[in-house]
Amino acid sequence: MAVNTVVENPDPIFGKLSLEVIPYHDPVVLPVMIMVILGGIFMTGLITYKGWWGYLWNEWLTSVDHKKIGIMYIIVAIVMLLRGFADAFLMRSHQALATSFDTGYLPPEHYDQIFTAHGVIMIFFVITPIVAGLFNLITPLQIGARDVAFPFLNSLSFWFFMAGVVLINASLFIGEFASMGWLAYVPLSGIEYSPGVGVDYWIWSLQISGIGTTLTAVNFIATIIKLRAPGMGLWKMPVFTWTALVANALALVIFPILTVTIFLLTFDRYFGTHFFTNELGGNQMMYVNLIWAWGHPEVYFLILPIFGVISEVVATFSKKRIFGYKTLIWAILAIAVLSFLVWLHHFFTMGSGAAVNSFFGVMTMVIAIPTGVKLFNWIFTMYKGRVEMNAAMWWVIAMLVTFTVGGMTGVMLSIPSNDFVLHNSMFLVAHFHNVLIGGAFYGFMAGLFYWFPKFTGFKLNEAMGKMSCALWFVGFFLAWVPMYLAGFDGMTRRLNYVDNPEWAIYLYIAFAGVLVIAAGLGLIVLNIAWSMLKRNDPAYKDVDGDPWDAPTLEWMTDSPPQFYNFAVTPHIHDLEELRYRKKNGMAFKKPAKYSRIHMPKNTWAGVVIGVFSMAFGFAMVWHLWWLAIIGFVGMVGSFVMYNFERNKDYYVEIDEVEAVESEWLARKKV
Amino acid sequence: MKKTIARLLSVCSLVATSMLLSGCDLAIFNTASPIAKSMGDTILLTAGLMLIVVIPTIFLSFWIPWSYRKENTQAEYEPDWDHSSKVEVVVWGVPLVLIVVLAVITVIQTYALDPREPLLSDKEPMTIQVVAMDWKWLFIYPEEEIAVVNEVSFPVDQPVQFLLTSETVMNSFFIPRIGGQLYAMGGMENRMNLIADQEGVYPGRSVQYSGYGFTGMNFDAIVGTEQDFDAWVAKVKAEGNVLDKPTYDALLEKSRNHPVEYFSSVNPLLFKNIIEKYTGVQDGR
Repeated sequence: MAVNTVVENPDPIFGKLSLEVIPYHDPVVLPVMIMVILGGIFMTGLITYKGWWGYLWNEWLTSVDHKKIGIMYIIVAIVMLLRGFADAFLMRSHQALATSFDTGYLPPEHYDQIFTAHGVIMIFFVITPIVAGLFNLITPLQIGARDVAFPFLNSLSFWFFMAGVVLINASLFIGEFASMGWLAYVPLSGIEYSPGVGVDYWIWSLQISGIGTTLTAVNFIATIIKLRAPGMGLWKMPVFTWTALVANALALVIFPILTVTIFLLTFDRYFGTHFFTNELGGNQMMYVNLIWAWGHPEVYFLILPIFGVISEVVATFSKKRIFGYKTLIWAILAIAVLSFLVWLHHFFTMGSGAAVNSFFGVMTMVIAIPTGVKLFNWIFTMYKGRVEMNAAMWWVIAMLVTFTVGGMTGVMLSIPSNDFVLHNSMFLVAHFHNVLIGGAFYGFMAGLFYWFPKFTGFKLNEAMGKMSCALWFVGFFLAWVPMYLAGFDGMTRRLNYVDNPEWAIYLYIAFAGVLVIAAGLGLIVLNIAWSMLKRNDPAYKDVDGDPWDAPTLEWMTDSPPQFYNFAVTPHIHDLEELRYRKKNGMAFKKPAKYSRIHMPKNTWAGVVIGVFSMAFGFAMVWHLWWLAIIGFVGMVGSFVMYNFERNKDYYVEIDEVEAVESEWLARKKV
Repeated sequence: MKKTIARLLSVCSLVATSMLLSGCDLAIFNTASPIAKSMGDTILLTAGLMLIVVIPTIFLSFWIPWSYRKENTQAEYEPDWDHSSKVEVVVWGVPLVLIVVLAVITVIQTYALDPREPLLSDKEPMTIQVVAMDWKWLFIYPEEEIAVVNEVSFPVDQPVQFLLTSETVMNSFFIPRIGGQLYAMGGMENRMNLIADQEGVYPGRSVQYSGYGFTGMNFDAIVGTEQDFDAWVAKVKAEGNVLDKPTYDALLEKSRNHPVEYFSSVNPLLFKNIIEKYTGVQDGR
């Protein structure tokens, strides 16, 4: 039984809230809810008992250090990945059962929320924080900067994102989530067809976290343009930093489109306007165009940084310069421009004429050219290299193979006549999982194995890393090749039960694939826990900050890096600065003199504004107008208060810098 | 242990065989219409063309790192080799040529298979009006003045013009073995021309998620001879009720897995009225 959140006359104090909106009678949600509550009590108890609250508040929650914010992004992303995967597991098991057990075990009211939540979580609360986390962790170090351009804004972005995370998870236990697919197509997401609070959760969690992403984009564009170390011209920027710059430029252009589109939908739902309804001149086609004008460049916002990660990992472990650096960058820029010219390929079947469809089809497949160039560049980077086949490289090769297949099925879908039969089928679903898992996720894993020691001081277990990669690789094809075939057989996505017995076999195999992937995912989590236990073991410990003999600047620091990053801002000579310095005997030398380092102080403002924004979002969902006012005034008030604060910065004195540096350089000699 | 493995292997081979066998009659390739056939053929052609590049790429992704692995000290090692105009020409040129070929196919096929263009046939096209409802399809035959829920029929080799609209949210009308899909949207008329060249019963459904009852929003498309079609029309007229206002309002109620329903008589202007309910009177536009 799903809960009913349609309330005619909301209470002035409790809004639409009542005890009935808690799904305590739901046999699937209840155990999860109990576990989360018990887990929460346990964690709170543990932190209180150990007296960690002060540490947590001073060192993490209020931190403006890009490295700590980056780590928090990645931790949240991995936690949300587990939740998103649990949704995937429910869907695959449900559909496998829904073939022979008639309607499976999830009613549509539940199943339809799950596929919506799965999409929203994986895109907005897994891959987005992964790339935001990588920007934070890597970019300032790669360009020789102390921190990002606006450290407080960075903290604020993170806490807006967290407000979105909390809201979407709250929907599991208080009320319901939307049942409409991850992009909330109107009129289905309009008030007439979705009167419950599910769509409102979608609106506010995306709206608030989306503003966080816009602010991140502003911050990183400014950081990369203004804070590069002297000597680092644009053409000496590492590939990852290039992709960060281009991706954030994309984000800055597109996220306002999302914000405005969601605002218009909000007006439709809250104030009875008719921007996107069937009636009174509302235009649902406009919504679909707007959402994809954001949505297509968005996927490049997610995948471009991953291309950067692959470039860094391949070059490092091939012990060789990246092949065709300039063409690689031009390819990235070409993709960024083209990504604005293809949004209509998501709805060839809406009824545009042949001329429009041909244009968008051809533009889409043109993107395959620069993307293919990248793949070849990575392959030719390994050519005539000394390739170290470690876990990170296993993930890279898994990515090259899987992403190539995904690219091919993508070009198949870009041909409008093919799309007329493959659109909205399992083939489409298989395609985008092929590029998102095979591209974004595998690329992230390569980056995780590569950069993990830099930020924790210890490496991950290699054998477990390779094993988890193999499990994902096999499990992926086991899960999705049958789905490609089912798509060819006309199987539609988002079916609550399966009425064609011929599809049963595909669904059984796909479920087996999901079990294999589950083992792979479990092994990744286990690997992190195991390596953490073994962190002082010489096989795991990163003694001096450069365990891979890597070529770029971030490895010219300790692991984890000094809180001020570089004692003396380096002068840049080459694209692979650290490699250049090692070659010329300039690396890891004590500088002639140190000077005071100017640093930003931690601030309460980011987390407090984030909490107010969360209260505001929750209040808007449940029509608690008094709380909405408190939340909004709290946000603005805290921001104003923060701006009147003095003492936002401090200096690290020479003695301290010297002590930290000489301790590290002493270890470096060992 | 051995037994389990043997059993596992036999299950695997069974699964593989059944997948191969079912591969021969995947709906999109086992078509009953020249349109769907052309679409299926294009899929195979374009996939085949891309495999020319994709297979070597996948091979290189394994072979290059393997032959230049760190342990293989015999292999050439040039750490500073990072540019080669020859390689650049190939890596830009090969995808470019492939995409040009695919683009030509795309443009030709997009124009040839534009669903709005009337089909080349010596017969006059018949019109079937399609209304997406929560969660069923209403088919109106304006010439025969009949209407049917969740079943549609038309003669073989007879061009059919489907006019699509919606009384609810966006849906997508799709009969996989007969042709492509097109969205049905409220207040709008979308037009799709289809033709079947083999008799049979083909499943059709909505493929754009439209709410809780979406999965049950399917129907059969019955394609027979002219006589079969006439008999079907007669059956509808004999068995059905009149689709008057109260009956229509009852249809507007949400219902899941709606049974097939026949209506012997219908206002021939019903479809126009449904659209104008949302847009206001269009005066014949």
